[in-house]
Formats: sequence, structure tokens, C-alpha cells
Amino acid sequence: MTAEPRNLHAKPTAPDARPVYEIERLAKTYARNSLTALTDVNLTLRKGEFVSVIGSSGCGKSTLLKIMAGLLPPTRGRVVLEGQPVLGPRPDIGMMFQQATLLPWKTTIENIVLPVEIRGGRAAAKAVTGRAHELLQLVGLGEFANVYPGELSGGMAQRAAICRMLIADPAVLLLDEPFSALDELTRDFMNMELQRICTERQATAFLVTHSIAEAVILSDRILVMQPRPGRIVEDVKIDLPRQRTLEMINTPRFGEIVAYIRNLLGREAFA
Amino acid sequence: MTDAPVPSAGDTVWVERDAFIDRIPRWLAMAVLFIVVVAIWDLVTRMGWVSPIVLPSPKETWDDLVFVGHNLLTGDYMLAAFWTTTLTVLYGFLIAAAIGFSLGVLVGETKFGERAVMPYLVAIDTMPKIAFAPLFIAWLGFDISSKVALAAFIATFAIVVATAAGLYAASENERMLFKSMGASRMQTLLRLKLPTGLPYIFTGLKIASVGVMAGAITGEFLGGGKGFGALIRQSASQMNTPRVFALILYLSLLGLALYFTIAWIQRRFVFWNKSDRPGGVG
Repeated sequence: MTAEPRNLHAKPTAPDARPVYEIERLAKTYARNSLTALTDVNLTLRKGEFVSVIGSSGCGKSTLLKIMAGLLPPTRGRVVLEGQPVLGPRPDIGMMFQQATLLPWKTTIENIVLPVEIRGGRAAAKAVTGRAHELLQLVGLGEFANVYPGELSGGMAQRAAICRMLIADPAVLLLDEPFSALDELTRDFMNMELQRICTERQATAFLVTHSIAEAVILSDRILVMQPRPGRIVEDVKIDLPRQRTLEMINTPRFGEIVAYIRNLLGREAFA
Repeated sequence: MTDAPVPSAGDTVWVERDAFIDRIPRWLAMAVLFIVVVAIWDLVTRMGWVSPIVLPSPKETWDDLVFVGHNLLTGDYMLAAFWTTTLTVLYGFLIAAAIGFSLGVLVGETKFGERAVMPYLVAIDTMPKIAFAPLFIAWLGFDISSKVALAAFIATFAIVVATAAGLYAASENERMLFKSMGASRMQTLLRLKLPTGLPYIFTGLKIASVGVMAGAITGEFLGGGKGFGALIRQSASQMNTPRVFALILYLSLLGLALYFTIAWIQRRFVFWNKSDRPGGVG
């Protein structure tokens, strides 16, 4: 059910790429208040694809992400990552949250190797320290390896969180409104950084956001969700060329796509 | 590099001023307050408004402070009493810390502890705990152990509650992060919840350090023995009020030493918590 904004000459993004995530007939009902958070969600993420999901508060997008991450069991349906069913948290899933959540008693570098340390112990963490330094260079935090998070700015802390997400070389990146707590200038900058990192690593990424502009500038596809019950109502392909730049925000095409998605979400959804 | 701005004609530069009372430095403020209180105290006793048995003059109190201080320094019988009370307080504190911390982890980490243990703890905590003193004396006798037990009993609950609250302090995001990393329950407890809860636990230990002093002295009042509490009761029964004042002042040094030792350890361990840097006593 792929609908498109008018005048669209879409070139399908990587049509032959291998599927990474496959989700079929997914549904989630909370028994406590018999609330249907999600119903009949079907989606496939392919290798190297950047897909965003957008919707108003309470449309189930966070629930969807948590189920994909193995943090929450679904009520019905199948979630398969790299051919293996997701039955709990996995090392090949990298996650980023709205808050950087760096542990204040560990240095930046110790925070970055934490996922490896939790899974493999201190020796394993030590073995990836070199890689952690490379990642810090990649996000421009090379000099801050041995600094405590209290001394990092909000943007720097989120860049450190990017490194922590990448340290185990995950198959997929799940991003839960990662930059929504940052100021707008920093946020634009971080979005461009994220694009660069994803392109360099050919990362498969899934972003939850409620900013239409952010979703459009980053994504190959945007899934538009509506609440009660939470469901995907459209799968919009974004035909802006890669690499994306912040200047594209001022193009007519960008404006058209944003207007189209805003219309889909409906006015009452953001009231 | 730019030069610091220099005001020129027409600028509306003005200085924000604190009120006079906010500009007094701490040492001067403390000294002034001390002198005022002692002067009023001196006036009250000099004019004979209260009996010297009720309130001795500052001079008498000072003389007794010197006397008791000399006795302590020369290792006389008061030093032995002081040492007995110190041991009571230390043992009581260590026992309270061990039991309080263990119960706190049980209550804060397990549903069983929260559902079954906590209601009983709250019930006991609301009782007037000093009323248990005769029981401890009956069970453990008149030597130091009954005082240690009472001191520990009074101090334990603050640590239980603080530890449990500390374990709840980790945010939803942090818990989700640990879950997503596949951390076990023990890993989450040791690497996330306990470190996050340390500031709470130290606050509980500080409150307990006050409780343990009260417990030890109450135990010595009611159960006799060789501690400072017995000395105070003895002096009070002889209407030697200046001595009581002097003994209480020296006793307070013990409480202060315990409190600031805990604060010092906290600064070493909880270095990341900016609100608890030197200067903040709480």
C-alpha cells in the first residue's frame, strides 16, 4: 500500500537489497485496560534503508519500536531480524533514546564500551577500546574520551550515545526520537551527522519521530501512523536525492512532501 | 581576542547589589551570632533571672568545659567513658548499616520485599522505638551490647528506606538501556541501580548517624553502664548543670566526627553528583 505525493517520479530505493527486518501482522493489546496499541502492522526494512515512522502521541510508534527491539512481547504477529525471530533484546540491535542516558560515574569511553562489557565482560570491553576511540573520532569527540558525561553538552552526549549504539556493530539502528531534547540548531547538525554515519556504514535505520521535517530530510521512506488503534496508514517514498543537505528544506519539493504528510496526519492529530 | 568592554559615555551600566545582610562573610556572621547569644545568656544569669541550677553562667560552663577537656586529654575516667560510648555508637552504626542495607535491597529490588516485608517495617518504624530499651536490657543485660542493640534498632529504618528509594531512582530510560543491552538482573542492580542510589543511601547513613547517637545515649541513660550517658545522668542527679552542658558538647563532637566521616566517604564515592560538592553539607 504505497501511496505517493503527486508529481512523484520515484525511483524505488534499493529494490533488490536484502531484507533485514521483516514484520508481519503485528498487533499489541494491553490486557490491563484492553487497549489496542497496534493492529496489523506489516513492514520490511532492507539493508541500507533509512525508514522513519511518524504519528501523533499515542499512535503506538513507541510500542512498535519497543517490540522491534525485543523489549516488549507482541500479542500477535511475527518479528524477524536477519532471519532470526526477535524473542528478547539482542546484541545485533543498536538503540538510541531521547535522552543520552550516559552513566555519570563512567567516562565517555567507558560508557561507549558498556554494551560489550555487559555482554562479554571486562576483557571483551578492553578488546574494543581501540574501536571505541575510532568511533569517537568519527563523531568528532576524539578529545573527550576520558571526560565524565557531566562535562559534555547535550549534543556531545548524544554523539557519545551514537558511538555506544555502534560499538557492537549492530545489524539495525533503532532510534527513538534521539535528538528531540536538543535545541534546533544542534538538532539539524546532528541529523546531518547521523546521515553521514549511516551512509558510511550502509546502516539500516528505523527512526521514530514527531518532526515531519526531520523525517523527510533523513528518510528513504516514511511510515505514517494513526492512533486508536495504532496502524500504518501510508508508506511514503521520499524522492529527494542523496546526499541530503539542510538547504533542501527550502526547496519546493521538500515543502510539498511535508504538506502531504501533514495532511495525512490530519489536523486534529496535532491539536 | 577582544578587549573587555569599557563603558563609554551614554552607557547605562549599573551594578546589582545584594542587601547588606547577604554580604556578611560566613565567619563574621557566625562570630556575631555566637557573641550575641553568649551575651544574652550572660545577661540572663548575671541579673539572676534564672537559677544557676537551671542555667549556669557562661563562665561556669567554660570552666567545666576546660575541666572535662583536661580530663579527656589526660586519659582519666572520662576518656574511658567517652571510648565506651564511641564503641557503642560505632558498633551500632555498623550493624544498622549492614542490616539496613540488606533489608533495603530486599525491599527495593524484590516484589516479595516490597509487598511482604515493607508493611511490617513501616509498622515497627511507627512505634516509639525508645520504648524497646527495657526489652533490650532484659535480653542482653546491662553491658554495652544492649546499648548497641538499641542504637542499631533506632538507626536501621532510615537506611532501609533510603536504600529502597535509591534503588528506585534509576530512570525509565536507563532501565530500558540496560534491558536493551541484555543485562541480567544482578548486572542491572550492581551497575545501574546501586550506583544511581548511592546519594540516597549516603543520606540515609547520615540520618542513621544521628539516630545511632540518640540510641546509644538513651541506652546508657536507661541501662547504666560505663558510657558518657551514665556520666551525664550522674551529673544531672547531682544538679551539676555546667558539667551536663560540658559533657553534651564533647559528646556532640562524636556525632559530628561520624557525620563528616560519612560525608567525606560520600564525596569520594559519589564524585559525579555535582549537588554534593564541598560546601553543601546535606
